[in-house]
Amino acid sequence: MALWIFLSVVFVLLAAFFILYLGMTAGRIDRLHRRIDIAMISLDSHLLRRSGATLELASSGFMDPASSVLISEAAHAARLSTDLSSTQRDRAESELTSALNAVLDTEEIELIQSEIGGQEILEACLAASRRVELSRRFLNDAVRACSQLRQQRSARWFHLAGHTPVPQTREIYDHVEISDRG
Amino acid sequence: MSIKRIGIVCPYSWDVPGGVRSHVADLALTLQSRGYEVSVLAPVEDPDTLPDYVFDGGRPIAVSYNGAVARLSFGVRATRRVRQWIREGNFDIVHIHEPVAPSSSLLTCWAARGPLVATWHSSHERSRMLSAGYYVAQTAMEKIRGRIAVSEAARETLVRHIGGDAVLIPNGVRVAEFRDQESVSVEGTQKILFLGRIDEPRKGLEVLLRAIPHVFSAFDRCELIVAGPGDPAEFKDFVDPSWGDRVKFVGIISDEEKRRTLHQADLYVAPHIGGESFGIVLAEAMAAGTAVVASDLPAFDRVLQSGKAGKIFPVGDSEALGLAIIELLTDTEQREALVDAGNIRVMDFDWDRVVQDVIAVYEAVHTEGEKVEEDLRGQVVGRFAGRSIRLSEE
Repeated sequence: MALWIFLSVVFVLLAAFFILYLGMTAGRIDRLHRRIDIAMISLDSHLLRRSGATLELASSGFMDPASSVLISEAAHAARLSTDLSSTQRDRAESELTSALNAVLDTEEIELIQSEIGGQEILEACLAASRRVELSRRFLNDAVRACSQLRQQRSARWFHLAGHTPVPQTREIYDHVEISDRG
Repeated sequence: MSIKRIGIVCPYSWDVPGGVRSHVADLALTLQSRGYEVSVLAPVEDPDTLPDYVFDGGRPIAVSYNGAVARLSFGVRATRRVRQWIREGNFDIVHIHEPVAPSSSLLTCWAARGPLVATWHSSHERSRMLSAGYYVAQTAMEKIRGRIAVSEAARETLVRHIGGDAVLIPNGVRVAEFRDQESVSVEGTQKILFLGRIDEPRKGLEVLLRAIPHVFSAFDRCELIVAGPGDPAEFKDFVDPSWGDRVKFVGIISDEEKRRTLHQADLYVAPHIGGESFGIVLAEAMAAGTAVVASDLPAFDRVLQSGKAGKIFPVGDSEALGLAIIELLTDTEQREALVDAGNIRVMDFDWDRVVQDVIAVYEAVHTEGEKVEEDLRGQVVGRFAGRSIRLSEE
């Protein structure tokens, strides 16, 4: 009798712990999804800021027209891509990065900085690029943590993620680096 | 002769074969043969390979533009080269090709002033040029005094996006170069030639391949040569393995190989199904003395004078194409008549004639004693250019 009581108490306790664990995991998944949502919004806003700052730089008249046309074409394409699928979007943004990398070399930078107001416009563009890089890294970090958690057996068997779609990492070539072609 | 020194600008890398580049080379050589002093400015990967009439416009940088990766020349360094070329060139006329291309062309429009002429080549050059952000580019384009378009399609694009009008001067062919070829024809074999991108459906290789079985069964020593970039594996459904090497895919060929291949072929087939604005290659085939069979696109019909200078078949009709090929291969007399008519017709497209129209445009925009000079007015970068002049003088 005592053994029977003891066993059922143990079972109830185990079940309670397990349910608590499931609940906590579900909570973690939920929090991670919320983190991903926020990171996505932040990445999107930095991408928009970057293309905006690029357009401003292109129309400043501080650069030669060929360079201006190249980066503003790329920035335009990136802005228009917001309606497209995220793969197409990421491609357009990567191309903007390539265009910036192609155009901004040490001599160009020196030239822009020598203009009144040039430093500010350039810095706005470079700062936006750095933020894009950071926010994409944070987003992918959260996505990886979340998918790892969602792959655990308990999460899969008990459908802890509900119907939330599996989050995807964003693959954008976003490293803007000033080259020295001298 | 008031015009003596002519500068020509090519926006694309000199070491990459292409339509604009060969147009520029042909124009430069033809002008030279007429006694003008010509200098071409073009970006180039390896300056040691340049002929002496080409000025090194700097290393091109690969960048994606208009949905494709292009090798263009831009930035401070490129601008400096352009300015140096204008200063040292002392040109009476500067002729800019594809002025919208963000490369040496646009830079020249911007950095030069005086008698400027420009030629529009492509019909699909996207022009957001006139929107607010392009102020610098816009003012640069306004300096062009004479505008030329190589095709009706290119002219329309220009009229629609930039406004104003342009003179239509089609592409030329250096007829003599195509004629001066050794002919190595083997008795009893017939060679049919296709030229162009094989992976582009509008070039119509499929139409031709559907017609080939009839031709091969009528002539058992007939060969088809397919020259142009693209993956032959895509057409394996149309190629009967029993033909062996009677269908040869030779891939990309150089200009020189093209001239030789055209010359050696008995028939050149242009089965295009659309999108051709001129069909320069038809004229090249005529110059090489090869009979032409082409689809009845308006542009081709015009070049072939409705069948007088080449045989025409309904667009996309493989059966009619097969019959036309068989007829021409059987009837040597008819084929030779077409070749003779082609030889006369092609003179209309000879650079020696086309160049007269170009020179007329030069003369129309040039006033006596005027030179193309550096434009430093109101340009922020002018100051910088001034600095680079001082640097180079040190």
